[in-house]
Amino acid sequence: MSHNPEPQPYPALRAQAIESLLVEKGLISSDAIDALVDLFERDIGPLRGARVVARAWTDPAFKARLLADANAACDELAIEGLRNRLVVLENTPSVHNMVVCTLCSCYPWAVLGLPPSWYKSAPYRSRAVIEPRAVLREFGVELDPAVEVRVWDSSSETRYMVLPERPSGTEGLSEDELASLVSRDAMIGVARVTAPASSQAA
Amino acid sequence: MGGMHGFGPIEPRQHEETFHADWEKRVPGLVTGATRSGAMNIDSFRHGIERMAPAEYLLASYYERHLLTAELNLVEKGVLTPREMEARIELLRRDPRAAQRREDRQDAERVVAARLSSEAPPMADASRARYQPGDPVVTRTVHPHGHTRLPRYARGKRGVIERFHGVDTLPDANAHGRGPAAEPLYSVRFAASELWGESAEGLGSVNIDLWESYLEPLEDTSA
Repeated sequence: MSHNPEPQPYPALRAQAIESLLVEKGLISSDAIDALVDLFERDIGPLRGARVVARAWTDPAFKARLLADANAACDELAIEGLRNRLVVLENTPSVHNMVVCTLCSCYPWAVLGLPPSWYKSAPYRSRAVIEPRAVLREFGVELDPAVEVRVWDSSSETRYMVLPERPSGTEGLSEDELASLVSRDAMIGVARVTAPASSQAA
Repeated sequence: MGGMHGFGPIEPRQHEETFHADWEKRVPGLVTGATRSGAMNIDSFRHGIERMAPAEYLLASYYERHLLTAELNLVEKGVLTPREMEARIELLRRDPRAAQRREDRQDAERVVAARLSSEAPPMADASRARYQPGDPVVTRTVHPHGHTRLPRYARGKRGVIERFHGVDTLPDANAHGRGPAAEPLYSVRFAASELWGESAEGLGSVNIDLWESYLEPLEDTSA
């Protein structure tokens, strides 16, 4: 552990005190605390959700099962750690879904990893429900007025993930290549998936 | 805070990071430790955060709030005492090396295995559900002092049952040690115009997950 000569900010000291007491009382080990951070930072990330999306794009029967029971469909892909009910929402040319948690910051972390700061911020949590189109514009997504916007406020232990539209010009791509196009933001519902420049030109 | 104005732009590119400081990375483990001790469940965790003074809540980071509710619940349930906390903070302030580690690979494996285990959601036993998809409902106008998951912007609003999720633990009871009472849970769709009136942006809706006791049947008055 490195020595930091500067005075630690208050929450840092508090966190250290709690850790030291919990460790002393045998309620958790330092190794377990390290392992949890490593798990979230290294092992669980949006590639899991992207694999689900790519499979749904290439296998209509899987897509039907995914929309009916996302937990069971993720089991098929050996995606571990779904501790909550998962619901997958399909974007279409006429319906755009996006996900928020206005009450805290509930997030489908088992398929997307840890949430970025903006998802947990007051601007996103307050505005996504009342002005989703303005929010989407800030993410660079302009929706036609005829497109219906459905916002999902994650108020229970049910978690939501968006199945974005498959971009045209990706017909020849493999499942892995498709997965690499799918961003975390597209699965929150604040971005579109775009085809790589080479396949757009083709 | 759903529907409040004045928080400014989102600026997603400036707010990509998941942690703001190294100490924040310890917090998921501390929350796990507090939960394992039996002092805290998911709902008392959230209620602890909601008890913060609003001005403090808005100033605190996500992990500062998690840290605060972990400590609050640990102290309230008697796992830690305020005196212990003060003494330990003082000790660490004087001597940072006093923060000792306890190595335990097996414990780390257990914690990771628990996070990676999948848990099938409770069976959706439709016989317990009072409402069917398509039923019109109205949310109750209530302002409880304790914990609830009925957002303020959706109280006294008319919606339609879209989906019956299953029978889930009622947070309003579980946060206060009265639990685990379970109730049917629904996804209820509200038209943007119902929630926001003339301020609605256009064609749209908000779906909110709501427990049965948050809802009342909406009598059809159009006839």
